[in-house]
Amino acid sequence: MPFPLNLEDLLGHWESYLVSLAIGIAFGVVLEIAGFGDSRRLAAQFYLGDMTVLKVMFTGIVVAMVLVFAASAVNLLDFNLVWVNPTYLWPGIVGGLIMGVGFIIGGFCPGTSLVSAATGRLDGLFFAIGAFFGIFLFGETVGSFEDFWYSSYEGRYIIPEFLNISTGATMVILVLFALVAFAFAEQMERIFGGADLKKAPKWRYGAAGTLLAGAVVVMFIGQPDTEDRWNTIKDDKAPVLANRDVQIQAGEVLALMRDDRINLILLDVRDEADFNLFHLLDAVNIPADEIPDHLKEFRAKSANTVFMVIGNDEKAATEVWKTMVSESVPNVYLLEGGINNWITTFADEDFKTTSLIESHADDTLAYTFTSALGSRYAMANPNPDVFQLEYISKVKLQAARGGKSGGCG
Amino acid sequence: MTVQGSIKKWVRVPARTAVGVKRQARAYVNPYLAGILLGVVLFSSFFLTGNGLGASGGMNRILVWGQDQLVPDHVDRTAYLLEMAGGDTNPMDSWVVFVMLGVIVGGFTSGWLNGRFKIETNRGPHVSVKTRWMLAFIGGAFMGYGARMARGCTSGQALSGGAVLSVGSWAFMFAVFAGGYALAYFVRRLWR
Repeated sequence: MPFPLNLEDLLGHWESYLVSLAIGIAFGVVLEIAGFGDSRRLAAQFYLGDMTVLKVMFTGIVVAMVLVFAASAVNLLDFNLVWVNPTYLWPGIVGGLIMGVGFIIGGFCPGTSLVSAATGRLDGLFFAIGAFFGIFLFGETVGSFEDFWYSSYEGRYIIPEFLNISTGATMVILVLFALVAFAFAEQMERIFGGADLKKAPKWRYGAAGTLLAGAVVVMFIGQPDTEDRWNTIKDDKAPVLANRDVQIQAGEVLALMRDDRINLILLDVRDEADFNLFHLLDAVNIPADEIPDHLKEFRAKSANTVFMVIGNDEKAATEVWKTMVSESVPNVYLLEGGINNWITTFADEDFKTTSLIESHADDTLAYTFTSALGSRYAMANPNPDVFQLEYISKVKLQAARGGKSGGCG
Repeated sequence: MTVQGSIKKWVRVPARTAVGVKRQARAYVNPYLAGILLGVVLFSSFFLTGNGLGASGGMNRILVWGQDQLVPDHVDRTAYLLEMAGGDTNPMDSWVVFVMLGVIVGGFTSGWLNGRFKIETNRGPHVSVKTRWMLAFIGGAFMGYGARMARGCTSGQALSGGAVLSVGSWAFMFAVFAGGYALAYFVRRLWR
């Protein structure tokens, strides 16, 4: 899944914005040739005689949607790395209503007012100045209703999850919805705008059919699951495991635990019973089979986050590592030898001789604990000065690629 | 058809700009065609960068940049502004600023090449130029305020979030249309 590109690595920090500039230019051209620089054409949407706004917007949305999920279906684009505007339901709805009022009074939305001003329209210029003023006012007043502004937060929440149907089915439904909306819009233009539908180009039927067929095909291909994702990256990532590039030695983990620049997440994937017997200080317990429910939250962590997956040995931890890497979580490593090796490294000789289980099954605890003291053992947070371990440093923070923030910037 | 005529048909030759020569503004393209092009641009943005489009976010950052030049202490004390421009953070250091600048460049270029660049004020038949300017400013202020509350405008929320199926973006989109239609009847004298 080579896309989206890591433009910052490819081009450099500021240079990567040239791509954004080019996209913006194309966007500006499209808005202009659609006639969105003219406020009368935009406002006409609300009087039903000219439905250009609805046609252009919905066509743009469904075309982009089908292309995005088609690229994702064939493993070209990693949808996990595509920015999806987080849902803050009520602030979005209230903001939307206010914008609707602004739209009908002022005749633009922010993007179109820029195009309008750039083509010499003074009303577009005054609208843009007004928009700056509104933005300024918001920045100065949001402090007084911050609770509301952060309310009804659902995070990255997409319609397939909301309706509990597949992404493909959602797409087909939305394409059909758009086509019905277009038919409705054309009837409105005929009734209220006196448009002659016979003069409308015939190719639009072909385009509609192509779009619907594309959506259906993408639905049948389906979106990749974790296993499909692993199969596409296996050739790159299996050698990483085999070379032991991501199995981190105890000494380095100990150093990372004391590194303030890194947000280290000690992800203990054993079952709760083992976790309660003993775990590293500040470890979080998410049993291996619950990991898929937390991937979204893992991907949303700050860029300096390092995940250290911990099992009793390495077997379960390796599987979790594969799942997390397949699902685009950056900076995932696992503890070499797991908890058992940790205890062997840091426990006192007394404990090791009395508690060792001579033959333990694969991926189970190799030591017995008489009580569930969790992290209240010295070896849960050993003093690095005492142990002075040598290790090969392997953890290297990777800059996350993909979308960073939405239009809210 | 002459050779020149056939070239003109396929290549966008800039309309004559010499003073005194009347420029023929080209007609706008079919809305569905514009929509398809818009979809391709939006997809390219997601495909290459992982981000969608945006406009108000860029305006926001340019404004905050201005505030940071004039009243840096105030910016450092206001949580919302701090995020974008606190301390050494440069509010211009964001893709959305460059998309926004691109929109201006692209809009101007397309308008110029198609003979549609014109200093004028588009307004309804019953509205004076000054009233139209005032209403544009007021509408813009509503729009700017609402866009920040909704965390994105028509481009950043409705288009971009809509294409990647964000629940909040679709709810937002219906709210914008609902707000517009609810008020449209009462302000019809502005446009009709």
